[in-house]
Amino acid sequence: MELLLSIMVGALVAASVYLMLARNVLRFLFGLILISNAANLTIFVAGRLTPEAPPLIPYGQDAPVGVVANALPQALVLTAIVIGFGLFAFALTLVYRTYQNLGTLNSDEMRLAEPEESKK
Amino acid sequence: MASSGEAVPRTYGGPAGWISVAIPAALFAYFLQFVPVIAAGTPVVVGFDWVASLDIRLSVLIDGLSLTFALLISGIGTLVTLYSTKYLGEHPEYPRFVLYLMMFMIGMLGLVLADNLIALFVFWEITTISSYLLIGFTSDEAKSRRSALQALLVTGTGGLALLAGMILLGNVAGSFELSVILAQGDMIREHPLYLPILILFLAGAFTKSAQFPFHFWLPNAMAAPTPVSAYLHSATMVKAGVYLMARVNPALGETDVWFWTLIIAGGFTTVFASILAIRQTDIKQVLAYTTLMALGALTLFIGVGTADAIKAMMIFLVVHSLYKAALFLMIGIVDHETGTREAEVLRGLGRKMPLTFLGGAIAAISMAGIPPLFGFIGKEFLYKAGLELDTAMIWVTGTIFAASVLMFAAAGISVLRPFTGPLADTPRPAHEGPWAMWICPLILGVFSLGFGLFPDTAEAWLIAPGTWAVYGDYGYEVDIYLFREVNAAFVLSLVTFAAGAVVYAFHRPLRDWLGRVFEANPIKFDPGWDRVLDGLKALAGWQTRLLQSGVLQKYIFVIFLTFAVGVGATIYLKDALQISVDLRAEYDALSFKVWAVLIFITAGALLTAYTQSRMAAVAALGVVGIGVALIFIMFSAPDVAITQLLVETLVVVLVAVAMLKLPHLGLTKDRGRRPLHAALALTVGTLTTLVLFAVLQSDLDRRLTDYFEIASWPEAFGRNIVNVILVDFRALDTFGEIAVVVIAALAAYALLRGTQYGPPRDEIEGEERR
Repeated sequence: MELLLSIMVGALVAASVYLMLARNVLRFLFGLILISNAANLTIFVAGRLTPEAPPLIPYGQDAPVGVVANALPQALVLTAIVIGFGLFAFALTLVYRTYQNLGTLNSDEMRLAEPEESKK
Repeated sequence: MASSGEAVPRTYGGPAGWISVAIPAALFAYFLQFVPVIAAGTPVVVGFDWVASLDIRLSVLIDGLSLTFALLISGIGTLVTLYSTKYLGEHPEYPRFVLYLMMFMIGMLGLVLADNLIALFVFWEITTISSYLLIGFTSDEAKSRRSALQALLVTGTGGLALLAGMILLGNVAGSFELSVILAQGDMIREHPLYLPILILFLAGAFTKSAQFPFHFWLPNAMAAPTPVSAYLHSATMVKAGVYLMARVNPALGETDVWFWTLIIAGGFTTVFASILAIRQTDIKQVLAYTTLMALGALTLFIGVGTADAIKAMMIFLVVHSLYKAALFLMIGIVDHETGTREAEVLRGLGRKMPLTFLGGAIAAISMAGIPPLFGFIGKEFLYKAGLELDTAMIWVTGTIFAASVLMFAAAGISVLRPFTGPLADTPRPAHEGPWAMWICPLILGVFSLGFGLFPDTAEAWLIAPGTWAVYGDYGYEVDIYLFREVNAAFVLSLVTFAAGAVVYAFHRPLRDWLGRVFEANPIKFDPGWDRVLDGLKALAGWQTRLLQSGVLQKYIFVIFLTFAVGVGATIYLKDALQISVDLRAEYDALSFKVWAVLIFITAGALLTAYTQSRMAAVAALGVVGIGVALIFIMFSAPDVAITQLLVETLVVVLVAVAMLKLPHLGLTKDRGRRPLHAALALTVGTLTTLVLFAVLQSDLDRRLTDYFEIASWPEAFGRNIVNVILVDFRALDTFGEIAVVVIAALAAYALLRGTQYGPPRDEIEGEERR
């Protein structure tokens, strides 16, 4: 299962890299969302997959009974999801604001700080 | 008064300036105490750990060589600071000057006294930096700034090479302590790294001591105020390279490479510089080139390396420092009181400036090598050491002969001509300088004369201990004397005087002729230097334009390309792909619902990448997000799944809201480059999969997970292990995460709150101003 999921993660990464290389910053943003998901899945898969055994400790026990899913990557991914969301929300606002001020979503046309050098 | 911004004229050269004289004087007195100890032949080593973990100690090695240098530095330092109280006392930046000078002196003393290579390097760099600041002291002149930068870059580059050499040497010898390294000379010379070490050390020494082909910075450094030239660029700093070569001679010397490199570079510099000296009309430049000549001769004799050569080198080192500092100070007085240093203008100053003349004359006689000055002894022993060598090496003696002849003439040009004959008009009417200035060459003259008349004293105090330290043999009998018998060296001296007098007599036509010869010479180092710098700037500009194109797309392309190359090369080189995939078993293990989710996610991702419709893209993103949440649910991560669902919903809502104000995706203009982008995207995706494969092949380290499982309930009283990790074991991480979200929210709020549409404010203001 892990291996097939790895292939899927590869497909996600490929799609997001392709999107992030676009000139339209909205596409870049879509790529950002996808690559966050891909990164989270990478961490999750690398910690191995265990179906139907959440990392919980039953009442009356001091430790989980039997094999349970790896709790560490879950905790890491949980943090990463929230931070990824914060990043996305800010980037979206930035894109929105940029469009309002500059009237374009094409990154090549956003040259206010670095005007195109005159060709020599 | 001062608050109204008016300049208040002040003179710092008064009592305040005396403090700067007291410091080197006290140091000089302190170092004098060591003379009897060192003369008895016992080096002093003391120190304490500085950065113990890196084997860097602040340790001091005082032997004949370092003591000779320390006495020269503090002694000449005393005179130079005294001289400066009058020379620059009325300069508004005088305090800054004194600060730099003191900084230099401490750096130089540290350099010659340090027993630790790394400490030596630190002090070496302090002298480089203070030299830069002092050459550029008149920073409002472009020439000054250029010369300072040139000196800094040349000696700084050499310094870096030296550091590399020191690290290699330290590793080879197993210690950074000079006293330890010097004892293992044979082992180091046999080591395969000997040659790199030698090259790096000599790069440092040759740049610092301005040996050909790095000589060009030193004459330019004469842009510095004259006391600085006298101190740094004649008597002390430029001898740091000589010091270094002499210091490591017991460890690195006595090989063929050492021998030939040093005598060729030294010999060539000697002759080349003394010819250039005759060519100059600015007396300060004459002195600058004779300094180069002296540095060449010192290098030459360290290279020759026989005991007598080392002895001659030590004598000449002291001789040169004494007379050259005096001559620089002399020309400084002339410049200060008459307003010019031109050999063609100055005549007959002797009657107006008798004391300066006296000080300059003693130094010049010493430079010409006329008895009974110490300079005569120096020249005699150079000849003696040269004549002792094989007849095949006669050109060493020839080199020194040619240089001595030209030095004789240079002495005439710089002192005899300006001070004798009829008085000529000068920009300012000539008159004697203040006592604090003329006394300095006189004091140095007293030493030149004293050591010449009583050579046994110089031998016992400085020359013998120095020779022992450089030659590495404390049993060698050092004997110097003024005159004992008529021998080959003495005859050669007489010939030198005759030839020197002839050259002096014809020096003006000779100078014109040399001027024409050098004009015709196509190889010029100074313009060459400018071309090298221009080339570097062009290279930097080209590289910056290449890397910093200002196009977001290219930056991201480079980032992913770097990732692909780095990861791909690592996988290939480490041979990390030992994959035995049993896809059949994988296939069987998958249930229908997992299959469905995998297909949905992949399809969603591809659709997002492909579609031209933004609504389709948002919908596809939603599919991917929900699919990922389903994976979390299926593989036992309910908390993560809940978060993912919540976040995905918010993302889709936010994008949808933003869409109301944003334009359609439209047809992208970058169609042409898309196949290239697709290829890179596929590569990165494949590499990610391969890395995951490799990770999954290796064993899982479960130590942290095991700890959390065991400790969760007993220590944190939580049954949901993931939650316990987040809010207890790694609570600070979670706190940081909350901070990130809050900051993102605040920043987004600030962005949205601004109501101004159009270009940023500063541009509008700029337009209004116009």
